Amino acid sequence: MTTTGEGAQTPVLSAERVSKSFGEVQVLFSVDFDVMPGEVHALVGENGAGKSTLVKILSGFESPSSGRLLLDGEPVSLPANGDAEALGIILIHQEFNLAEHLTVAESLFLGREVTRFGILDRRFMRAETRRILDMLGSHVDENALISTLAVADKQMVEIAKAISRDARVIFMDEPTAVLSREETDILFDQVRKLRAAGTSFVFVTHKLNEVMELSDRVTVLRDGQWIKTAPTRLLDSDSIAQLMVGRELSSLYPAKHEPDVDEDVVLSVRALSTAYVKDVSFELRKGEVLGFSGLIGSGRTEIMEAITGLRPRLAGEVVVYGEPLAAEGFREAVRRGLAYMTKDRKGRGLLLDEGMTANLTLQSLERHVRYGYLDPASEREAMARAKRRFDIRVRDDRVRVGRMSGGNQQKLMLAKVMETGPKIIIIDEPTRGIDVGTKQQIYHFIAALARDGCSVIVVSSEMPEVIGLCTRVAVMREGHLVGMLEGDDINEQTIMRYAAGLKRQAAG
Amino acid sequence: MSINSGSEGATIRRRSWRDVDLRAVAPFAALALLIVIGALVNPNFISITNLANVATRSAFIAIIAVGATFVISSGDLDLSVGSMVAFVASLMILFMNSGVIADPGLMLAAAMVLTVVIGSLCGLANGLITTVGRIEPFIATLGTMGIYRGLTTWLSQGGAITLRSSELQGLYRPAYFGSVFGLPVPILVILIVTAIAAFILYRTRYGRHVTAVGSSRDVARYSGIAVNRVRTIAFIIQGLCVAIAVLLYVPRLGSTSATTGILWELQAITAVVVGGTALKGGAGRVWGTICGAFILELVGNIMLLSNFISEYLIGAIQGSIIIIAMLVQRSLTRKA
Repeated sequence: MTTTGEGAQTPVLSAERVSKSFGEVQVLFSVDFDVMPGEVHALVGENGAGKSTLVKILSGFESPSSGRLLLDGEPVSLPANGDAEALGIILIHQEFNLAEHLTVAESLFLGREVTRFGILDRRFMRAETRRILDMLGSHVDENALISTLAVADKQMVEIAKAISRDARVIFMDEPTAVLSREETDILFDQVRKLRAAGTSFVFVTHKLNEVMELSDRVTVLRDGQWIKTAPTRLLDSDSIAQLMVGRELSSLYPAKHEPDVDEDVVLSVRALSTAYVKDVSFELRKGEVLGFSGLIGSGRTEIMEAITGLRPRLAGEVVVYGEPLAAEGFREAVRRGLAYMTKDRKGRGLLLDEGMTANLTLQSLERHVRYGYLDPASEREAMARAKRRFDIRVRDDRVRVGRMSGGNQQKLMLAKVMETGPKIIIIDEPTRGIDVGTKQQIYHFIAALARDGCSVIVVSSEMPEVIGLCTRVAVMREGHLVGMLEGDDINEQTIMRYAAGLKRQAAG
Repeated sequence: MSINSGSEGATIRRRSWRDVDLRAVAPFAALALLIVIGALVNPNFISITNLANVATRSAFIAIIAVGATFVISSGDLDLSVGSMVAFVASLMILFMNSGVIADPGLMLAAAMVLTVVIGSLCGLANGLITTVGRIEPFIATLGTMGIYRGLTTWLSQGGAITLRSSELQGLYRPAYFGSVFGLPVPILVILIVTAIAAFILYRTRYGRHVTAVGSSRDVARYSGIAVNRVRTIAFIIQGLCVAIAVLLYVPRLGSTSATTGILWELQAITAVVVGGTALKGGAGRVWGTICGAFILELVGNIMLLSNFISEYLIGAIQGSIIIIAMLVQRSLTRKA
């Protein structure tokens, strides 16, 4: 057990040597974890470290493949699908589980409405809601519709809901990802109050400053392994970042190709702002692979969509080959040799009910028009070429795209984007949800593009990917470009420090 | 080895049964089944005269439904077509009655051009309200449905608008009652309109864009397709098809009233859905739509020729058909 220096108290909830596999893939390896009464326990690690899986196991949404859970020191098997709430174990999801059209009071008692003689006792439920909100020091109106609440208030309603169920352990998965600094402070105050009253919190986050600020203990996971559990006061952000990373880069990545410093600037972004992104400037050279790193929600996709004209700009300028590019002119951008590959393969990238060819040529149909009609032979040729170039493997050419594997879909989407013959290619999450073999193919393809004189921007949440591919890395945080790293600075610790807000460069 | 989204039904693909798109074949199978049933019910049914008669009478709905195939494929809906028929036809007759052009031939030609222009403008209005105004197509066209119908009632002052010049009537009559090489003109028009529509939908860039926009607005947008333009043009095509239907309708009766074209929008939508086009957008099936329009008319015809179901139940039967068609569509989709 890992009870470090908190006396002889029994943990409320603990996991002993818990492992978890999904099919062939093992995501947790014999992890120990415990939560003491009245503590805030931070759980940190990179994307894919197994934090969410551990949280789901501890809250009964997943069952462990091996190992056991203990509640108050007694072995327990948690009921599935959130029924562990009855035991006081509550998970607040990243996306709130609130029905937008209900009032706050209705939400709090959803599914366990109080009735008198078979009729809803609305007065009692409203009063009870008010009592709990007051206890939390929240000014949310119990009669307000959920849809009218600010995000922080919704978070507060979720917490109130947890309290009203006599929560003993509350799991919060990145609760501050969508909150402003002020909202975060309010949330933290409430957490401290509840902690003083004996409620325990498990706090999953990427933001190390918040870990330092709020938590009593920290547990670090890496690649599904337990790395360390220690009182927060014995650690600092740098040592936590150090613990989170520290893995060797393998030969997954091709050799980097450094462009000459005097290569032409093909794309320059000057003081670009959108509703969320503020004042971003950078330049991209011919033959360069520029990485964009940062936490989820740091504004990377927004800035790329604003550059390509898919999203409105509030201020700033985008210059392609020396000529300014109009705002909201995506088709013009494509004509000028700019391409954007979305990270949302299924929602924005591919028509899942159509075949491969219809998808491949969708963005470049004008190439297949003969005398005003589409030439099927020309489209077939393009498909055959793309299959060779991107190694798209399907048993039947007429398969619907929705039934292809993620890897093949990703390659098809890349092929579709490349059909427009771009010179500047922005790839958002090039390898989301695909197998390692396909990842490697895509990495080599990106490197080959750069060698051929194309310029590539890789937006990725997977840090090794950015480090392995890019010769320069921009780090975004909360809508700002906080760092532009080169050379030896491109390593996980440094990127993490910028992404978590421990360090920033002057805008430039 | 081609991926040939265009050849539905016409070429049933070789390869295993699993590759046959059941949704494309189903309406034609249903049509064949109906003809067999009809032949059993009444021997007169299978005669060329009767079948040609049925096809001719289905012309209005069939042509309107071809336009509806575009609108529905692009993920929208147009409820105003029935009212639009009444409105456009009334304007056409009023124009011909106005006598601004003395020469009957020229007058007729000008009236036809005017009809096409007004139909397109009505479609354009629907398209702009839906896209630029960003109003759900159901509500937008529910509104214009009321507007076109109301304008017709106003124009006719609650009565009928009748083509007065017997010379024009005589000149125009063959457009509905005539035939070319033994083929009634309305059937010829159906075939031409459908062939052109199929070509546009399956063989042009615009048609591909319609499918993409109907399947997923987001994917279309991220593929650099001008989504609103594609949707608006689909509404204009619908307006054009309504105008063509009007060109056939006016010579038939030479008269319109406030009740002209009532519930035609439901019949057109039924024809489209029975034909295998998904109501949620995406795969459009023009020939299937024509098939759907024939099915609707055939059912009525069989009921008329048979003695065991009252022809007054025809609306109920057509209503049942659309429900059955949706159920069949869904069960076939699940298998695919």
